[in-house]
Amino acid sequence: MIQAEESVPGWRLLVPQPQEIVWTLIFLVIFALVFMKFILPRLNAVLEERAEKIEGGLKKAEEVQHQADQLKADQEQALAEARQEASAIRDRARQDGARIIEEAKAQAGSENERLLTAGRQQLNAERTSAAAQLRGEVGTLASDLASKIVGESLSDDERSRRVIDRFLDDLESSPTATR
Amino acid sequence: MQLVRLIILAVTLIVLAIIASRAKLVPGKAQSIVEILIEFVNNSIIQNTLGLREGKRFAPMLITMFFFIFAMNLGGVIPGLNLAGTSVIGMPLLLALWTFVTYVVFGVKKHGLGGYLKHETMPPGVPKPIYILLVPIEFLQVILIRWASLTIRLLANMVAGHIMMVVFIGMTQALLFSGSALIALAPFSGALAIGIYGFEIFVAALQAFIFTMLTAVYIQMATSDEH
Repeated sequence: MIQAEESVPGWRLLVPQPQEIVWTLIFLVIFALVFMKFILPRLNAVLEERAEKIEGGLKKAEEVQHQADQLKADQEQALAEARQEASAIRDRARQDGARIIEEAKAQAGSENERLLTAGRQQLNAERTSAAAQLRGEVGTLASDLASKIVGESLSDDERSRRVIDRFLDDLESSPTATR
Repeated sequence: MQLVRLIILAVTLIVLAIIASRAKLVPGKAQSIVEILIEFVNNSIIQNTLGLREGKRFAPMLITMFFFIFAMNLGGVIPGLNLAGTSVIGMPLLLALWTFVTYVVFGVKKHGLGGYLKHETMPPGVPKPIYILLVPIEFLQVILIRWASLTIRLLANMVAGHIMMVVFIGMTQALLFSGSALIALAPFSGALAIGIYGFEIFVAALQAFIFTMLTAVYIQMATSDEH
């Protein structure tokens, strides 16, 4: 190279030789053809494919994230609903309990009342029957006694009943004296 | 020269074709590197200057251009080749003409011939008399200066890099075998040569980037609606 540059004048550096231009043109065309027709499209395709893959991956990730968010929201909502329901059930149970107690109390009260009334009625009935029995017995006893005392039979029923009744009426009209 | 270019071309194409044909969704190391380069051109050059919609149309051309220049530039730092494919004027010139043809064709297609010339040479918002000065300059710039500067920038960078490496490596060798006290300087010179070597790798990428970037900018200027 040093020798070559010494042997030719400097201006030759800037003046191309025809055969050099031709060869260069051939090389350039070959390079450009192969590069543009084969290498570049192939590499570009790969680059674009990768870009698409990455974009698709990002989009998918976003979708999945979205789904996850939605699921979480759903879950939270379901949880909230369940909680609400549970509290509602509890409230209702408490109310039911209160109502049952109230009812039981009312029932017990009425039962009590009923028993009391029944007892009182029975008592009354017994007293009435006892009084009636007593009256009969006292009447007989008194008439027997009186007949013994008087010595005279009080078998005349009509008369004797009148006497007894009178006696008993007297008895009842002065209860303090008899008791 | 042509042999070097042929080797670079064949190796680059074969390697890229293998990578491309094995391209998978989960990239290997080699595929990742190529993809990073493509994404880099896509994002920092095409979308920054042309925008998304326009960028799609020119992306294949610009990415091809970037890879081609980058590969050819790297030829300069590969041992055994040691010559950048772009360090002889034919290639930068053709690439620049490709740019030139592209922006003129798409500009004319969009604005019509007269409309395109007006669009490029008569920026609005300038006082009328200035146009006398501005129109020839802009015209010259569109039809000559842009592609010429693209050519020379790339060529000069690659040639300069090549000469620097030759100089430093040559100097290291000369110092090393000088047989005098100058041998002591040889390590420094060698370190510099290695530094230049690294720098050349950087320049190879940088020039590919600049060339592609300017092409994108020129296309954008030609096809934009209004300034």
